[in-house]
Amino acid sequence: MSALLELAGVSRSFGGLRALDRVSLDLAEGEIVGLIGPNGAGKTTLVNLVTGVHPVSAGEIRFGGRRISGLAPFRIARLGVARTFQVVQPFPRMSVLDNVAAGALFAAGTADIASARAAALDCLRFTGLEEVAGQAGATLSLAGRKRLELAKSLATRPRLLLLDEVNAGLNSTEIDGALRLIADIAARGITILLIEHLMKVVTRACSRIVVLHQGEIISDGPTASVMRDRKVVEAYLGSRYASDAQ
Amino acid sequence: MRRAALALAIVAAIVALAFVLDNYALRLATTVLMYVVLALSWNFIGGFAGYPSFATAAFFGLGAYGAGVLQHAGVEMVASWLCGGVLATLFALALGAAILHLRGHYFAIASLVVPDVLREIANVSTSLTGGGMGLNIAVFSTDMTLFTRVFYFAMLTVAVATLTASFAVDRSKLGFGLRCIQQNEDAATILGVNTVLYKVIAFALSGAFVGVAGGIYGSWVNYIDPADAFDVLISVKPIIMVLLGGAGTVLGPVVGAAVFLLFEEAVWRNFLTLHEGLLGAIVVLLVLFLPKGLTGYRAVLRGLVPARLRARS
Amino acid sequence: MILAQVIVNGLVLGGLYSCIAAGFSLVWGVLNIINLLHGSMIILGAYAALFAYQALGIHPYLAVPLVAGVLFCLGYAIQRSVLNRVIGAPVLMTLTLTFGLNLIADNAMIVGFSADFRKLELAHPLGIIDLTDYVDWLDVVVPVDRLVSMSFAFALVLALYVLLRRSNLGRAIVAVRMDQRAAALMGIDIPQIFAVTFGLGAAMAGAAGTLLSLIFPISPLTSPAFLGKAFVICVLGGLGSVSGVLVGGIALGIIESFGALLFGAEYSLTIAFSLLILLLIFRPTGLVGKKAFQ
Repeated sequence: MSALLELAGVSRSFGGLRALDRVSLDLAEGEIVGLIGPNGAGKTTLVNLVTGVHPVSAGEIRFGGRRISGLAPFRIARLGVARTFQVVQPFPRMSVLDNVAAGALFAAGTADIASARAAALDCLRFTGLEEVAGQAGATLSLAGRKRLELAKSLATRPRLLLLDEVNAGLNSTEIDGALRLIADIAARGITILLIEHLMKVVTRACSRIVVLHQGEIISDGPTASVMRDRKVVEAYLGSRYASDAQ
Repeated sequence: MRRAALALAIVAAIVALAFVLDNYALRLATTVLMYVVLALSWNFIGGFAGYPSFATAAFFGLGAYGAGVLQHAGVEMVASWLCGGVLATLFALALGAAILHLRGHYFAIASLVVPDVLREIANVSTSLTGGGMGLNIAVFSTDMTLFTRVFYFAMLTVAVATLTASFAVDRSKLGFGLRCIQQNEDAATILGVNTVLYKVIAFALSGAFVGVAGGIYGSWVNYIDPADAFDVLISVKPIIMVLLGGAGTVLGPVVGAAVFLLFEEAVWRNFLTLHEGLLGAIVVLLVLFLPKGLTGYRAVLRGLVPARLRARS
Repeated sequence: MILAQVIVNGLVLGGLYSCIAAGFSLVWGVLNIINLLHGSMIILGAYAALFAYQALGIHPYLAVPLVAGVLFCLGYAIQRSVLNRVIGAPVLMTLTLTFGLNLIADNAMIVGFSADFRKLELAHPLGIIDLTDYVDWLDVVVPVDRLVSMSFAFALVLALYVLLRRSNLGRAIVAVRMDQRAAALMGIDIPQIFAVTFGLGAAMAGAAGTLLSLIFPISPLTSPAFLGKAFVICVLGGLGSVSGVLVGGIALGIIESFGALLFGAEYSLTIAFSLLILLLIFRPTGLVGKKAFQ
């Protein structure tokens, strides 16, 4: 069985700076994989490459067996790759319902605006936002906007969902809610790549973790063993602590 | 049912005007209709999509010169107007593909400069366009009343066409997508909107009807020259009208066009030497104190949930 | 040698062009406002110099600081009273606003001064240098008045550079350009900096106009051309740096010089605009500058 998402030797340079260096990664259908690494490691760059925002400098990205590196972002979205943004990106002056309907209308290919809005209402119920369906996108609280991001990406009927720091800025209760939501999404069969800083979230939600450091993958495996991996501790805390890790 | 009756009454009144007003007032009305076309057209790219285009004069001038040159070559008048529209549309498609990847100021400047370049080309292509001497365009009838009525109806037709297109876009997937682009282009792309295609379509729409109007204008005033046909004010006035009436709505530009013409008439008649400065003053006051236009202060929220989709279970 | 002459002509023009564009680039880079009034401010400066000479007998070169001062106050006032309200507003708003202000200014000048072209005729040349003379060196001929104006123009741009780099005010301005919020957190009075910057832009425009008054005939009808060239220079050289303005100005000067040779001088604006469009389509960063899509 071939992987849903395959990155083969992917590199990306901005001018002289190498943001990603020969990254190879496979995601199987149905996995929930965590992507962690110190600031500047290249996590968001990786997401940007998969979604087509930036072109790859080298290597290839395949989705469902089909080459997507080099395709326009909107085409990749229509193939079933969705993402959330670290800094939330609503349509500020449109209603919450229409914010979500946009995803259904364009990426999921719903026939018309009315059915897109109906599909959107389902997504709003799933994320607990149906109460605020009529409000403008800009009026929601941060937690609400994060859930709106999630609802929008779900409306596109993705097979792969890339969540970029979806918990940043949330308090404990809100994070628990987000985790439940992520589990519900996975239960629907959607493959998830979770970029996170919060260790407790990653360890609870993910069965497998990939660690990026300075553009390279330094560890990739089951959660427990990665968390004890000496290279990972060194990357985060420095070599002084690495020897304690074993 | 009531709405349809109201619309019908308005249409009947507008048609009746042609037989009720004197020639001068009818010419004014024709100018209003032309302004409506320009304003609604700009609204496609500037209001719906949010790209500040200053290229309207390019489309107008191309339509005027295209139609004029064709008439000199023997093409029938109405056909030449339509060809002027086609020429403007093709140009808009090409120009759009070239500059719509720019954002903000850079797009505005690029679109601002294009009419100037076209004007200079028209100036030097003396054998084709008459150059700086201008182009005389045949008067199709010397019966003043008939002449005035015909052009009134011609402009009315284009105005109705533009208005219909505006309504259609407003409720369609295209309009939805353009609104997404206007509010957050990056998010729109990631949600599957083909932003390049939609922007180019909006830009082409902003040129199509303007081109036809330009052609009609040429036959109406019977003389065009490059400075006139590609005048930067042709690009700027529709923007003022739309800002006046409320951008991104369908009827806002219509209201704005009408109000603008009233103001223009008042100024031309009474303050000729100051008309430029007074226009400037209106613009300044508009931007400073009425940024949402006359109709925009109500219902700023677009796409409100229809009542029957709210409050379930 | 024709090539050398053309290049020298270009350099001479380039100096003047850099001065024309310096203020425009500064305002665009720091306030993110495209000042459509800029052309009119240049012409205003030229008229001011004209009247300073005709009414008060002040030689234009000496009038430069005076005119710059007057224009500075005017610019400062406009920014504080009008433009400050639209800082941060969408591009459409700021462009339309400065367009409207320019209409008012243009109308005022036409009504006040009439559209007729006026020439500043010096009754007695500045003692040491005969401004009607020519420099003839290796078959390259340069009128003295243009040479002196060019030097003056370069000096003004250099002065701006020094101001931005060395003075506290200049550093504050650069800080605001780089990161407005961080600058505010550092205690910099943002509206004040904006007003001063706009005033500086106006002052540079006025100074440029004064220098131009000695070389070209003056009329409000020429203001759009200067504005257009300022655009081109900014895109050519890249926004946000004095070096960009110099590169852009000289580049445009040389390109126009060749254009005049090949096509005739009356096409200078068309050539400049065509170049602008090509640049915007293919290379909006210009020859020198950084990415500036947003």
